[in-house]
Amino acid sequence: MTALAAPARNKRRLVNSVWGIVAWVAGIIFVFPVIWMVLTSFKQEQDAASNPPSWVFTPTLDQYVTVFDRNITPFLLNSLMASVFSTLLVVVLATPAAYALSLRPVDKWTDVLFFFISTKMMPAVAALLPIYLLTKNLGMLDNIWTMVILYTSMNLPLAVWMMRSFLLEVPREVLEAGEVDGAGLLTSIRKIILPIVSPGLAATALICFIFAWNEFFLAVNLTATNAGTAPIFLVGFISSEGLFLARLCAAATLVSLPVLIAGWLAQNKLVRGLSMGAVK
Amino acid sequence: MTDVITRADPKPDLPVAPKRGSSKERWIRRAPLLPGLIFALIITQVPFLFTLVLSTLDWNALRPGDRSFIGIDNYITVLSDSRLRSALVNTVLLTAGAVIFSMILGLLLAILLDRKFFGRSVVRTLLITPFLVMPIAAALVWKHALYNPAYGLINGIFGGSTDWVSSYPKAAVIATLVWQWTPFMMLILLAGLQSQSEEILEAARVDGANAWHIFTRMTIPHLRQYLELGALLGSIYLVNTFDAIFSITQGGPGQATTNLPYEIYLTTFRKFEYGEASAAGVIVVILTIIVATFALRVISSLFRMEENR
Repeated sequence: MTALAAPARNKRRLVNSVWGIVAWVAGIIFVFPVIWMVLTSFKQEQDAASNPPSWVFTPTLDQYVTVFDRNITPFLLNSLMASVFSTLLVVVLATPAAYALSLRPVDKWTDVLFFFISTKMMPAVAALLPIYLLTKNLGMLDNIWTMVILYTSMNLPLAVWMMRSFLLEVPREVLEAGEVDGAGLLTSIRKIILPIVSPGLAATALICFIFAWNEFFLAVNLTATNAGTAPIFLVGFISSEGLFLARLCAAATLVSLPVLIAGWLAQNKLVRGLSMGAVK
Repeated sequence: MTDVITRADPKPDLPVAPKRGSSKERWIRRAPLLPGLIFALIITQVPFLFTLVLSTLDWNALRPGDRSFIGIDNYITVLSDSRLRSALVNTVLLTAGAVIFSMILGLLLAILLDRKFFGRSVVRTLLITPFLVMPIAAALVWKHALYNPAYGLINGIFGGSTDWVSSYPKAAVIATLVWQWTPFMMLILLAGLQSQSEEILEAARVDGANAWHIFTRMTIPHLRQYLELGALLGSIYLVNTFDAIFSITQGGPGQATTNLPYEIYLTTFRKFEYGEASAAGVIVVILTIIVATFALRVISSLFRMEENR
């Protein structure tokens, strides 16, 4: 048996490394537009717009300097505010709700879960006009708190589903043992539940942050100069016909950076968040 | 410890099962749910009710003061308007194209990543990166840095002077979307592949099944749920595509890439036909409900699997 198994194992190892090389090539092709974006962001405009493409060039930070000169900072700060505050609000609303839908479920908890997810499926475009008119009448157009509220409702279903799937991982025996030992609700949340779900809580928060940071449709229709978020800064590049290609790439790299970092950090939980906890 | 033993009434019922307690007990259970539920009800349902009302009004914001009730006239206008029909067709084509191609690519990449090889986690990180780039940034980079006829990377590498966006507008939009969404499909399908039992696969190999048979007879049936979930969640997100169209083609040339969200956006903020835009919105909601019903069925089947574990 062993005499037969060894060559077979070697063969499989060889096959695996061949497919490994294929996977590496695929990964590099896939990420290439991002690499190209980052490379271009360090070019001068004439290098960026050369044909054939220039691979060797003297890197420069000029484009980043220009982007900051053109005042990208308030846009980044607005995005940061909208994303951070909406994420906090989502976590505060979703975690207790998820608790009431998992560990200590209310009657009809499945209906409530499906109500939450159905709000996620509704197209934002159908609600755009009423939201626009309501915020206009309330004098809340171009206000960052409007975006905070809207992003909270956008991410709430996702967070409820995700947190629920993490809370279900709390072993019931441990909870019951805690109760028998006379642990009150707060103690068992602090000592039992939180330590188990805190990685899940962090992943939920990161995913909500990603979606809020990248949101464009509501931002472009409801904000302008005061509350414009990072994606709105890029709108000016739409019709520039590539005259400022390197500058566009610098801005695009800059606005994508927070989400790239958040996503890389959360990548092990990404699939669970995106599938609302349906896939582990 | 003695404390535990002498406790008189160890509660016999599990804290988990929703028991019919007193009404006070039930409200205590409901309390943590209510803030989130009420928030979601107000922010998501009130605008829809408002949309319903608006859709029955003859309201163009350019004609102030003129908002009469006209019943279902807006629906008749919208449904008989060829623009909306072509937007509907474009929505289906763009969504289906993006979902199908990202699914195929995602499946191939997931199969590659399901093997052990040197630097697997690095490759996975590379592969999810496109999904993390801000969608409008990705769309603009593709438009200007890749598709541009004069100095875009595609013509730069392969030669020629094709103006990709105006020659192949739908394909240009779909390619950008596929690039962004393949990682999403890959992650879901990879999770599916990795949930296959290694012992059963090994047993099949020992019984002499070749790789192709294992793939078609065992892996694909096992993946079915994950394929369905990926397709449905992908469709739900992609049907609302706005960023890519707004920035790459502005719905053009002509109407070639105008999908429903973009068309409704134009009706609202370029033509100011508030009534018609609302009627179109309601129609989109109805279409979404039809698709979402299927999505919920798939999700709830996965959900039941999880409950039974």
